[in-house]
Order: sequence, then structure tokens, then C-alpha cells
Amino acid sequence: MSLILILIPILAAVAILMGGKAKSLATGAAALNLILGLGSVFSWNHGVWDLSLQVLSKPSIHLALGFYDGMSVIMVILSVLVLFTAVMSGKCPEGREKLWYSSILLIGAGALGAFLSTDLFFFYAFHELALIPTFLMIGMLGSGERKEAAWKITIYLSLGSIILLAGLIWLVAASGSETWLFKDLLASSIDAETQSGIAALLIIGFGILISLFPFHSWAAPAYASAPAPVAMLHAGVLKKFGLYGLIRLYPMVSIGMQDWLGWLIVLLLGNILWVGFVTINQKRLDMMLGNSSVMHMGYIFLAFAALVQAGSSEANPLAIPAAVVLMFAHGISIALLFMLTDTIRRKTGTVELAELGGLAKAAPRLAFLFGLGAMASIGLPGLANFSGEVLVFLSGFNGYTGNGLGCVQIATILALWGVVISAVYMLRAYRQTFQGPSVAHTNSDHVKDFGPFCQIPAAILAIALLVVGIYPNSLLHLLKKEPAPSLETEQASN
Amino acid sequence: MDSFVPWLLLALPLLSAVAIHLGLKRNQAISAIVSTASAALTLILAIVLLLHKEDVHVAFNWISIGGFAGIKIGLDLDQLAKGMMLVVTGVGFLVHLFSLAYMKDDSAKARYFCGLSLFMFSMTGIVLASNFIMMFVFWELVGLSSYLLIGHWYEKDSAADAAKKAFLTNRIGDFGFMIGILMLWGITGHFTFSGLEGWAAAPTTFCATCLGIAVLCIFAGAMGKSAQAPLHVWLPDAMEGPTPVSALIHAATMVAAGVYMMARFFGALTPDGAELSALVPVFSGQTIAWVGGITSLLAALMATQQDDIKKILAYSTLSQLGYMVMAIGLLNPEAGMFHLFTHAWFKALLFLGSGAVIFACHHEQNIWKMGGLKKTMPITFITFGIGTLALCGFPFITSGFWSKEQILEAALNKNTALFVIAAFVAFLTTFYMFRLFFIAFLGKSRSDNADHAKEVGPLMYVPLIILAILALISGFQPVAQSIAPAYHHEGFHMGWAFGASILAVVLGFGLAFKLYKDAAEDPLAEKGIFKLFRNKFYLDEAYAKVVGYGQDTVAAFVHFFDELIISGFLVGGFSRAAGGIGRLFGRLQSGNLQGYAVLFGLGVLLIIYLTVFVS
Repeated sequence: MSLILILIPILAAVAILMGGKAKSLATGAAALNLILGLGSVFSWNHGVWDLSLQVLSKPSIHLALGFYDGMSVIMVILSVLVLFTAVMSGKCPEGREKLWYSSILLIGAGALGAFLSTDLFFFYAFHELALIPTFLMIGMLGSGERKEAAWKITIYLSLGSIILLAGLIWLVAASGSETWLFKDLLASSIDAETQSGIAALLIIGFGILISLFPFHSWAAPAYASAPAPVAMLHAGVLKKFGLYGLIRLYPMVSIGMQDWLGWLIVLLLGNILWVGFVTINQKRLDMMLGNSSVMHMGYIFLAFAALVQAGSSEANPLAIPAAVVLMFAHGISIALLFMLTDTIRRKTGTVELAELGGLAKAAPRLAFLFGLGAMASIGLPGLANFSGEVLVFLSGFNGYTGNGLGCVQIATILALWGVVISAVYMLRAYRQTFQGPSVAHTNSDHVKDFGPFCQIPAAILAIALLVVGIYPNSLLHLLKKEPAPSLETEQASN
Repeated sequence: MDSFVPWLLLALPLLSAVAIHLGLKRNQAISAIVSTASAALTLILAIVLLLHKEDVHVAFNWISIGGFAGIKIGLDLDQLAKGMMLVVTGVGFLVHLFSLAYMKDDSAKARYFCGLSLFMFSMTGIVLASNFIMMFVFWELVGLSSYLLIGHWYEKDSAADAAKKAFLTNRIGDFGFMIGILMLWGITGHFTFSGLEGWAAAPTTFCATCLGIAVLCIFAGAMGKSAQAPLHVWLPDAMEGPTPVSALIHAATMVAAGVYMMARFFGALTPDGAELSALVPVFSGQTIAWVGGITSLLAALMATQQDDIKKILAYSTLSQLGYMVMAIGLLNPEAGMFHLFTHAWFKALLFLGSGAVIFACHHEQNIWKMGGLKKTMPITFITFGIGTLALCGFPFITSGFWSKEQILEAALNKNTALFVIAAFVAFLTTFYMFRLFFIAFLGKSRSDNADHAKEVGPLMYVPLIILAILALISGFQPVAQSIAPAYHHEGFHMGWAFGASILAVVLGFGLAFKLYKDAAEDPLAEKGIFKLFRNKFYLDEAYAKVVGYGQDTVAAFVHFFDELIISGFLVGGFSRAAGGIGRLFGRLQSGNLQGYAVLFGLGVLLIIYLTVFVS
């Protein structure tokens, strides 16, 4: 069953490349995926979604798919939501429909594949699959300095992938596991010294993919010049691959990770404070959002650092839920903001903050939805990001008894200042774009607001933010369930 | 009592806000009526709950995680909460009524009433919250509704800037608030007020200094919401919002939330009448009291030289909030809450009265362009006069007297220096209020707008009359004992505190009479130290410089280094090297990006396969 979720977008992409009707095929496939993906919430732990097919015997690699645990379910929900809305947003240049829609579908398929893989090899390979169309779209259909941005992201992410791959291979080799299946890997153990080295490679490799400071400078320019659906999918979904991977593999290197706790904390504060200040200084809406997305990765890392310090998810039961809720929330909110920024660009012809102003009067729906996304991203309660952030802060203080502050507590306090920084740049941007008197040369008095139909994709994301914000247990109850007991393995030798 | 009734207090205003936003807003009049009706219903509910003497507690799970106690959304209705609900819904309903007339011709009336309903929802959440996390949630939502309402006329740069400033200043306070909540959780293991109460009854060993710091961090949140120095700068600017909003949010309720929160917190630390000083270290209490005292003094000095009627009232609100905070810091939260209760009525009265004046004078706010309103607006004149007397603490017949007396007594007992400050502030209060009163209402009219002023209609004057009655009676013992959130009866006696407050009223009135009875312009303006008061001690300018030269310069500097070193040099060197390899590939292959990407994909897969196969 889980194969279907991945195959639908791939088959639709193939059909588009063969000359099918691009837009309707893509919309249909994404809609079907959305329904199936949301439906999986109710049935995922019954085993019907699982598949395991041995594709290679030495080493033993399986095309093993399924929901490994609640975290996979949440990431799949995120993926199908953003994939559907990404297909429906942005404006495809005339005559490029094939490339545009097939790339979006393939990025979505790759992300789904990574989150649904229960085998480390395919987990990695699906992510690679998703990167290729990402690079192509930025390089060929991006805006502004697209070539340079495309080069930068390609080089960074390839480098990150290769370092990561080295780490993964070392991990499998050191574990002595027969297969690359998560369940076998996680059941094995690695000696502490080796763990430390593997942990370092994982932090750097995944870190580059997540835009961990100081490997972050690819992100903002890439998102700024990427076509809207690509920015939405990469910043919203694909970037979470690294965090998902870190959390997934963490139990295997939990001792080794502790060697790097100090570094992790310094780097995550780099994301929150350093990049936070960089974000304040941005003059363009798209660059500001790109940097803010980098900054907010720091909070998810903070939850991870709390987990590392505690040593296990039993010792700090808040850390993983915190990271997962925030991953989901950030994905949805940044996708919403990138989508609407593209709308602003198309309606006014600019995203320079100094040239914008007073849009709320002519476009109240756009202003409301953007405001909702902006408020979500600065952690306003009632919207999903707050649910995640408050759990992150609580996880940072989990186990604190009042006698002296540990390094994670100090990091949490400094990270809290980031909440002020976010409010500074987000409100400044909102004020500059939507409020104040209207600006003549962008014609802001005559900008057309969203029609009732055009706002649907944005409204879907807004509703997701509200649901998780108002009732965080809606996501958290998925995390309570134990990992699927055992995979129904259908051995098929090759 | 059915357990769903308390939830209605939250649900009604929320439903009203959502309904207006999602559809009703096309019909402005219906939106206004729906919002006002929800306010009326919540007022009735609040009264019913107040008459129902038992405490009510309801809750549901909001965040549950195995191995963690979880966070609930729960409502605690005890005397403190019920009395506060009466203030919120009472002032809220009257402000809704007043707004029906005041905002009659506004083109975005629906959005305005949607904001009011959202505010009522959020404020109710703060009042009834059963734990600190939930309080923080609604705390921020109150900040949001205040942001939306200050920025109601967002096309105006000044309104949009004021809204942003209010939100950001509050965020700085909330930074401390969250740290405080986290520390308190670490020390006591609880977020809930009932849990804290249980802990305080039999405290585990804890580090007293840490608790003191946690108390101060939590107080930082109160400094933001209740606009205590140095985070006070947003409140005067918030007067950019419509005047009824100033009455509801920026005088009676939201700004009092900080005081309420501290009273709730300190209440939880004193189960069964235990002494607060047993748990709260001296330095915390002293710091809080001095913050309050300094705020009340600075704000009162600034109020003496303002010309905008709303600004005078705004600074006066700051100053009175300083009184309440001082009482909290003197570990006498009952006195603070009592003053909050009486102040809510008479300050709402004064703000709505100023709204009536502004409305009648065609949006003129400068008191020097008013004058002679006594004849043209008699009802507003009398009710405003009652409000003025109550704020000055005119002895025996006004509510303000009784509550201010308790604060002065508390200061006299604990800290003589603060007592002197408080008494001096009482003098300043009488002085600046009668300055306002003489200039705006007496003498001759000084502008065409004031000439043509007419008394406002019943939708506006009825709320004024009701509030005027409450401004008089709400301080009397039988009234206060039954409806005030917290009231501790202390027998009145003629002592230093009474003497000081009489003297303050007499001197303040006398000086204002002498200087402003028939003045056409301010004799003190631009003179020496008064220039400093007029310019708000230049604090706003100083902050603007700090933000401009501090934050923005740092940001520009960091950005520069980010581009130069990280992007350009360190990691850039990397990418140049990799770019060289890329070019090499490029020469070998088709040379364009598409080709590279395909090659990259295939290459990676090949490398993976080989590595895996070989191992």
C-alpha cells in the first residue's frame, strides 16, 4: 500500500513526460495522494501499508516500505499536504508544463519515499531522487540569479549527501547488521568510540542538508530564486529529511552524539541568533523567508540537543515529540509563506520590501492568510508552530531542578531571545508589505485579491496550522503508538 | 453547575469572532450586533457564576505525552477569577455598546467588532486559565488582539507602527515570562496553579535565589503587559487605536492582566493564608515594588505635560498600574487587585468620556483646542468629573479613595521611601487630572470644533452613567466584598496614609486651579524640567536609537560577515573547489546544468552501488 503513495506521483510524472495533460494529471495525482495520505492516519499501524522486497542479497538491501512509527505518519501527512498545495500554486511558464509538473511530482515522490522507507538504503536513495528535479527546476525555471543559486545548492547538497553516505555506510558496517533494514540496524549496537566518528559524519552530512550553521548559505538564495512549488517542497518537506534521519538513527549513536553536544549547541545557536540577525537585515521578502526558515531549524536542533543530553527518549520524553511537531509546523507554515510571497510577486511585480506597501486594503484575503502564516512562524499560540516551540522549550528544561543552569538550559534561554528576533523581522515585513499607505508604483490599490477558488491551497495549509495549534494532541496521539511490531517480510530473492 | 457553562464564557466570543470573520463581515451592522450580543451574554454568565458561590474547575487534555505530566486547558473559577470576569465582561459589554455609536461610520466596523470579540475570548482565557502554559497561550493572544485593534486604521503609518511596537515590546516581556515559567516548572515540578498550591503547602527543598529569579522572570511578562518601566513605551502609542479600545484594553483589562497574573501566582504560593514572604525572597519583592513605584512616578510626571487628552489618560493608566505593581511587590496582592477593580471602572469611564469628547469635537484630541464643554455636553461633563474625582481618590465618596488608601497603607508599613513616592504621585495625579478637566471642560471654547460640540446619544452616555455609578460605589466594603476579585477589609483609620492622601488632593487641586483655571496655553510648557516631562524623558527617542544603532547595526554587521566569511571565504572556498570539479565534469559532459544533474544522480547511485557491493 505504501508503495502506492510513492507510485502515484511517479507514474503521473512519467505520464506527463510522455505527453499527458500536465496540469490535470498532476493535480489529480496530488489530490489522490492527499486523500490516501490522510487516510493512512487511521490504518497505518495495521500492517496493510507494509512492503518488503529484497532487491539485493549481498549486502542485503530491501525495498522495504511502511510506516515505521508515528513520526513517519506525520511526515507523510506533511508531504502530501505540501505536495498537493505546491502543485496548485505558482505559475508555470508557457510551454514548460512538462518539466514543471513532472519535477514537482518527482520531488514529492522522493520525499514520500524517504519517509516511508524502512530500509536505510532506500531512505537515502529516495532523497537523492528528490534532489535532482529540485536542482533542475531552480537552474532552469528559477528567477533572479538562478544559475548561481542552483550551483550553490547543488554543490552544497551533493557534498552533504556524500558525507552522509560515508556516515551511513560506516554505520551499517560497524553495526554488524545483516541487512540495511531499520529494525535490524536499531537492534544492533556499536562501540562508543566508533559511534563518535559516525555521529560526527551524520551531524555534518545531515547538517548541510538541513542548513545547519555555518553550512546554511545555500538555502536563502536557492529558495529565493526557486519556483514557488520547489521552494515550498524543499523548505517545507525535503529539508526535514535530515532531521528525520538524525532522530531515526539517533538510538544507534546515542553515546557518540554526546561527544558533540557542545558543538551542536554552538551551531544551533548560530542558526537561531546569527542567522536571526542576518534575517533582520534582509531587504527582500523572499530572502527574508529563506533565512527565517534556516533560523527556525535551530529550534528543532535544540530539541535534538535536549535528547542528546538526556541520552534517550525515555530520559527526555518531550524532545522527540517537540522536534516532530515543530518539523510539521515549520513545513506547513514556510510552504504557506513561500506560496503567498510568489502571489505577491506576481500581483505587484516585486518582493523588495521598500517597494511594497498597503496591500491589505485591496487584498484583505491575501493579507489575512499571509498574516496567519507570519504569526505561525513567529510562534503565536493557537497555530502549530507554538505547539512545537513550547515543547522544545519544555524539553530543554526537562530534568532541570533549579540548581544552576546546564548548557541546554542556557541554550534554551538564548533561543528564546530568537522568538523576539523572529517577531522583529516578521512584523517589520508584514508592516511594510500590507500596512501603511498604498504605494503608487506597485499599483497596490488595484491589486486583485484572491478569488474564493484561488485561496483554497493556502486555506488548506492555514487550516492544518490551526488544527495542530488549537489541539496539538491531534498530532501527538500518533506518536504515542509503539513502532509497528514486525514487518511482514515477503522474502523474494534475486 | 453544568460543566459546559464555564466553557461558554470562552466559546461565545470565539464563535462571534469566527462567524464575523468567515461570513458575517459582509454585513457590518449584523456583525456589530452579534459581537455585542455575545458580550452581553458573557456578562450575564459572569454574573450568574459570581452568584454561584462554589468554585468550579473543568479541564481537558491539550498536550499529552507518555512520561510527561501533560498540559491541560482548564478553567479555574474561584473568587479571584469570577470577580475579574465581572470586570472584563462588564467593561467589555459597555465598551461594545459605546462602540456601536462611536464606530457607526467606520468602513471596517465588522473587522473592529471581530477584533473586540477575539479580545474578549483571549482575555477570558487569561482570567480563567488553570495553569501557566495556558495563561501564556492566551497572554499572547491578547497581545495579538491588541495588535489588531491598535492597528485598526493600519493605512495610517502611525497606527501600523504603534501596533508593531506594542507587540514587540510585549514579546520582550514574554521572553522573560517563558523563562520564568520554565524555571518555576523545574523548581516546583508544576505549571498548574493548584499544583503550585500543593507544592507551596509542603515545599520540597529548593534554592530560594532560583525561585526569586523565577519570580522576577515571570514578573517580566507582567512588565510587558502592564507596561511597567522600562517596557512602558508601547502604551501611550497604543492610543492610536479607536478610543473605546483604549478604554477596554489599554486601561481596564489587558494592561491589568500583568497585575492579575501576579496576584494569581502569589495566591497559589499562599495556600490557606500562609505568609508570602516565607517563599518569595526579599529581593524579588523589593525589585517588583520599586519597578512599580518608579513607573508610577515617571508616568505621573510625564502626564503633567501632555496635551492630547488620550495621552494624559494613558500616562495616568501607567502611573496607576505602577501603584498596583507596587502593592504586588509589597507582597500585598489583595490591595493591588482591589485597586485594579476600582480603577477598571473609573478609568474606563474616563476613556469613554474622552471618546465622547473626541467624537463630539470631530476627532480633536488636543485639550487646548477644547474648552467650554461643560455647557454643551453636560452628561459627559458630570460623569467625567466623577471619574476625575475617583482617580484623584477624593475622600470617602469615591471608590478610588478606598483602594488607593490600602496601597498607601501597605507602603507605609513596609517601605517609607515608596510611601513618599506614592503620596507624591497622588498629588501629581490630582494636579494633572484637574489640569485636563479645567482646560477641556471649563472656560471658553478655543476652536470651532469645540464650539459645535453636541452631547452624545444614549448609546454613548448610558455606559458613561453606569460606569460613573460604579466609580462611586465599587470601593465600599459591602460592594467590594461581594463582587471584587480579591478584597481584604482593613478597618479605616485616620493615620499618615489618610493625611497624605488628603494633602495630595488639596495641594494638587489648588495648584491646578491656580495655573489652569483660565489659562489659554500652558504656563509651564518649555520651562526647564517640564520640557523633560513633555518629551517623556526622551525615552522613546533613546529606544529608537538603541534599535536603530544597536539591533540594526548588529544585524547589518552580522549579515556582512555572513556573506564575506561564511559564504564567500570559508565555505565558499569549498564551493569554488567543487565548482572546479564541476567544470571538469562540465567539459567532459554536455556542460549544462541539466546534464550535470542527471550525471550527478547516476553517479551517486553508481558510487553507492559500488561502495556497498565492495564492502
